[in-house]
Amino acid sequence: MLESRNVSKSFYGKTVLNGVTFTLEPGKIYALLGPNGSGKTTWMKLAASLMKPSAGEILYNGESVGVQTRADIAYMSTEPFFYSWMTIADVGKYYADFFDDFDPDRFRTLLSKMELPQNLKVRTLSSGMAAKLKIAATMARKAKIYLLDEPFNGIDLIARDQITESIITSLSPEVTLVLSSHLVEELESIVDTSIFIKDGNIVSICDIEDLRTTEGKSLAEKYREIYFANGGNEK
Amino acid sequence: MKFEATAPIYLQVGDAIKKDIVTGRVKPGEKLPSARELAIQYTINPNTAARVYRNLEQEGICATRRGMGTYVVEDSKLIGKVRMEMAQHLVLHFVSNMKELGFSGEEIRDLIKEEK
Repeated sequence: MLESRNVSKSFYGKTVLNGVTFTLEPGKIYALLGPNGSGKTTWMKLAASLMKPSAGEILYNGESVGVQTRADIAYMSTEPFFYSWMTIADVGKYYADFFDDFDPDRFRTLLSKMELPQNLKVRTLSSGMAAKLKIAATMARKAKIYLLDEPFNGIDLIARDQITESIITSLSPEVTLVLSSHLVEELESIVDTSIFIKDGNIVSICDIEDLRTTEGKSLAEKYREIYFANGGNEK
Repeated sequence: MKFEATAPIYLQVGDAIKKDIVTGRVKPGEKLPSARELAIQYTINPNTAARVYRNLEQEGICATRRGMGTYVVEDSKLIGKVRMEMAQHLVLHFVSNMKELGFSGEEIRDLIKEEK
């Protein structure tokens, strides 16, 4: 279980996160939604303990996140994080050295499912292939919590389907997945719960199926209602 | 599959499976995909996929055998029953839409007769 308790973060006096509180349960897929600049990446970096909050805390199974929790929390950043001279196979070895929980068999399975040849050099990859490689390397870790920052950014339809399948098959009762996005359509059917963040504040947390049952709204409609002043109120 | 915004996803996938049963694409007694396979097939959340089966079980359409998977029940009357339920649902939807447009029951019947 991952608990964000009243987490705030400021950079040079500018508040990026403002008292963010929510709890993530195992066995579920969460969407962290909001426009660019709303604080999604900052929250993920705090949960991955790459930065410290200015106030509040993030607890993993009751323990404040830090160096020791990094083993259970896998974070995929939006920036490319492999050396360009490496081949895809080298990336696997590099990750195996770096992370004790890295499973080379799972890495190979994910690569073949996503049709990524191991001999390709990182330098030569298209943006879709690079996105798939990041997913394969991250999901090949046997972590308990996966934080994927913008996993569907700048990729084609086929790559999107392949990444979606890797995400769906990675869920198990003890695993939590968090996907951030500024787009909602690709997340609509695959997440349990959506957390809406706006200007560093949590504005809504809702279960996707409850939203459809009780409000008759899709995630996309809810998104418009929250982020566009005149949207969503036509009915 | 494209999902409509106004109904829960688990019900829409459940309807797709019922349609497969009615059209004979899936036979009574046949094994259905695992919840995980269903999630991949329809690109849905695995918990939603499990809920699809829980709901179909409650409706008496499928049954889960421990450690074996989920099967369509072996009931010769099932297809007729599901087919009739789906038809009633469509008619209800159609009639309420037509009434919203101001058509009377008789006018609706006449229009259906004209439409072959």
